[in-house]
Amino acid sequence: MSNLSVDHLLGIKYLKKSDIDLIFKTTDNFKKIINQPIKKVPSLRDITIANLFFENSTRTKLSFELAEKRLSADVINFAAGSSSVTKGETLLDTVNNILAMKVDIVVMRHPKPGASVFLSRNIDAKIVNAGDGAHEHPTQALLDAYSIREKYGKVEGKKIVVIGDILHSRVALSNIYCLQKLGAEVKVCGPSSLMPKHLHELGVTHFSDLKEALNWCDIANVLRIQLERQDVNYFPSLREYAMVYGINKEVLDSLEKEITIMHPGPINRGIELSSDVADSKHSIILDQVENGVAIRMAVLYLLAGKVKN
Amino acid sequence: MILERQILNQRDIQITIERLCHQLIEHHGDFKNTVIVGVQPRGKLLSNRIIIELKKLLNTNNIESGSLDISFYRDDLRRRKEPIVPEVMDMNLSLESKNVVLIDDVLFTGRSIRSAIDALMAFGRPNSVELLTLIDRRFSRELPIQPNYVGRTVDSIDYERVIVEWKEENGKDRILMVKSN
Repeated sequence: MSNLSVDHLLGIKYLKKSDIDLIFKTTDNFKKIINQPIKKVPSLRDITIANLFFENSTRTKLSFELAEKRLSADVINFAAGSSSVTKGETLLDTVNNILAMKVDIVVMRHPKPGASVFLSRNIDAKIVNAGDGAHEHPTQALLDAYSIREKYGKVEGKKIVVIGDILHSRVALSNIYCLQKLGAEVKVCGPSSLMPKHLHELGVTHFSDLKEALNWCDIANVLRIQLERQDVNYFPSLREYAMVYGINKEVLDSLEKEITIMHPGPINRGIELSSDVADSKHSIILDQVENGVAIRMAVLYLLAGKVKN
Repeated sequence: MILERQILNQRDIQITIERLCHQLIEHHGDFKNTVIVGVQPRGKLLSNRIIIELKKLLNTNNIESGSLDISFYRDDLRRRKEPIVPEVMDMNLSLESKNVVLIDDVLFTGRSIRSAIDALMAFGRPNSVELLTLIDRRFSRELPIQPNYVGRTVDSIDYERVIVEWKEENGKDRILMVKSN
């Protein structure tokens, strides 16, 4: 099989279907490895990875760090809050300083869309985008699609609805690209005020009615309302949002079929998902977390193969 | 690639496999505490044949076996143009206190076997690990690794390659020596 067609993982938009297939095939093996008694392999023992988090993150950061350690890479961590960024240093300067310490791969989360693309053009290291503003979050989309593939055997032909704050969500955009490339049908659902203007250009249509959306789909990927990114009020109140778009057991029971519930986390329990749904057998939220480590191992492993000696 | 000569034909291979199986039985008896592990991808086909033959000779169906993917344990990840794409790992067993017979088709530099020994250790601490190989390209080792059971020893030089073809993939069993361009 051929190599990845890209040198960095900046977004799903830049990947070919064959790249995604290669990542999934590699992930299958890492999934077995992380379920072995000894979960560590020596593949990346001569690789140094810097995790640059200019924005808060818990699970993505932990998941990347665990993936890196299980591959035996050397890891350095950087959080913007406690760094010289607060003293006025530019992104390029910060990163160049880190690269001067001979780093091979940079995993970066940044509040500005396009930050990782900018970085990839200016520095000589492999870049993995761990979320750039409201743009893309490729590893999340890969692990979501992988979890669907694991549950249903394939992604092709499946109907997926992404519910919630599509406007501010990088997960939504990456999910749409990834699932469409794999042959799934994707629609979105949520208040019109939280829908991006140019949604139709992606070939995605919008449900205003939650029940209609759930009856259509096989899988519902539920997103959090990103209050921290909302500069104006997009809907009257969280309580009202929860009443109209919150998924609880009654809503699921009233559907004509069983659907699978996914959530990239963190969950706001009682708002987009009720606890009895989040913890039910319909939910594959914890499988997503487990698959996240295997997907990130696969991505880092394949990119590391392109690091020259 | 230019064909130089045929090392073994279908009949030779069958006789060799039978002989190797008798040697294995000599050392491992009823195979109650022994596990056969084929190294992916090429050792898997050979280990399948050996297991079939052993089952016939021992008149049993209980021979524990697995196939081991060594991709993540290799030492040449960044030295190749193409990525090392992993193969199927089928190791639903514990090797704790077992005698392991590692199987690969051709032993050359010894680097794959070094990786395989590393990979094995993730499944427990075996009592012993032995190596069976159909072709041993002697004088080519880069590491101090020697097989315990050998089908045929061949002398070769760097630009020569040994190709093992199996009925399952190529229509017939044969082992060839070719000259790479």
